[in-house]
Amino acid sequence: MELKTIVEKLGLEVKAGENALNRQVEGGYGSDLLSDVIAHSEKGDVWITLQVHQNIVAVAVLKELAGIIIIGGKTPLEETIAKARKEGVVIMTSSLSAFELSGRLYQMGLRGRG
Amino acid sequence: MMLRAFRADLHVHTCLSPCGELEMTPKAIVRTCREKGIDVVAICDHNSAENVVSVRRAAKNANLTVLPGMEVTTAEEVHVLAIFNREDQALALQKWVYEHLLPGENDEDLFGLQVVANELDEVDAIVNKLLIGATTLPMNPLVDRIHTLGGLAVASHIDRDSFSVISQLGFIPDDLAVDALEISPRASTATIRMQIPGVERFPLITSSDAHRLDEIGKACTTFFLPEATVGEIRKGLQGAEGRKIVETEGGL
Repeated sequence: MELKTIVEKLGLEVKAGENALNRQVEGGYGSDLLSDVIAHSEKGDVWITLQVHQNIVAVAVLKELAGIIIIGGKTPLEETIAKARKEGVVIMTSSLSAFELSGRLYQMGLRGRG
Repeated sequence: MMLRAFRADLHVHTCLSPCGELEMTPKAIVRTCREKGIDVVAICDHNSAENVVSVRRAAKNANLTVLPGMEVTTAEEVHVLAIFNREDQALALQKWVYEHLLPGENDEDLFGLQVVANELDEVDAIVNKLLIGATTLPMNPLVDRIHTLGGLAVASHIDRDSFSVISQLGFIPDDLAVDALEISPRASTATIRMQIPGVERFPLITSSDAHRLDEIGKACTTFFLPEATVGEIRKGLQGAEGRKIVETEGGL
């Protein structure tokens, strides 16, 4: 599934990486501890988090994640958006809670791995 | 000015912290610090500085420097120590922190009592705010504010699996502007230097993070300074003008 499909179906707002929405999503991971995401996410995962710090960009690059969805109507910090643009990382936001958003992604056929 | 060694425990809680034991009263903290040969103690309760004045009063004539401070929980849920010279600086930070504390009331059965004590160890008040919770303050603006108020900013217990910059943010951010990183008594500075990339940019201190009396001084940092002020400790961290860290004790 492409990121674009998720953005359209769930009405996500794209904050960075608009031109990379054709990226393939292979699975999903949800966590707010970046140390845990580094340890347990898989390449191609879409990552659901409420963290807005710029370190999320580096984690997405390191783990080759498909994109980041920031939940709960939170807005990424300015430096986070700037860094994501520079690194080509897709950041999307949703007003839904982590639970709701994960459920909808699951309904769309996405699964956690590992 | 004559330089001498100051043994400092820059992270001690009081009975105001919900997780701090009730025995952590002003007089008891001062007495324990002196018994353990500590010259400088920083009082750092979670998201509050309401006991710093009474601990300082209790330390009058005790030959102990008490620095007023706070351990703030950032929006990322990273613990950051703010350490000041004066009470008004700590209380100014407290005002800002209170304005950005997540809403909720403390549940004493779940988290513990939050006691404001006077210098005679009597109960002055009970704080109902949810001090165990986080603030909405991101780390960088918090560190900037601590510096503007004249304080030291220290990333707490970076070796721990919870509430540390490493657990919450995965690694040390490029733009982190703290004055030092703190290692808890559970780890050693030598191990941390090998294990965590990026620490070489920062001075490392060890402190106890004491929540009970017998934990006070479990880890200490000894500085070589002319006097125990925030300005001199800052120079000591930087190794400027002959001031320096001479020893970090504790740890495994």
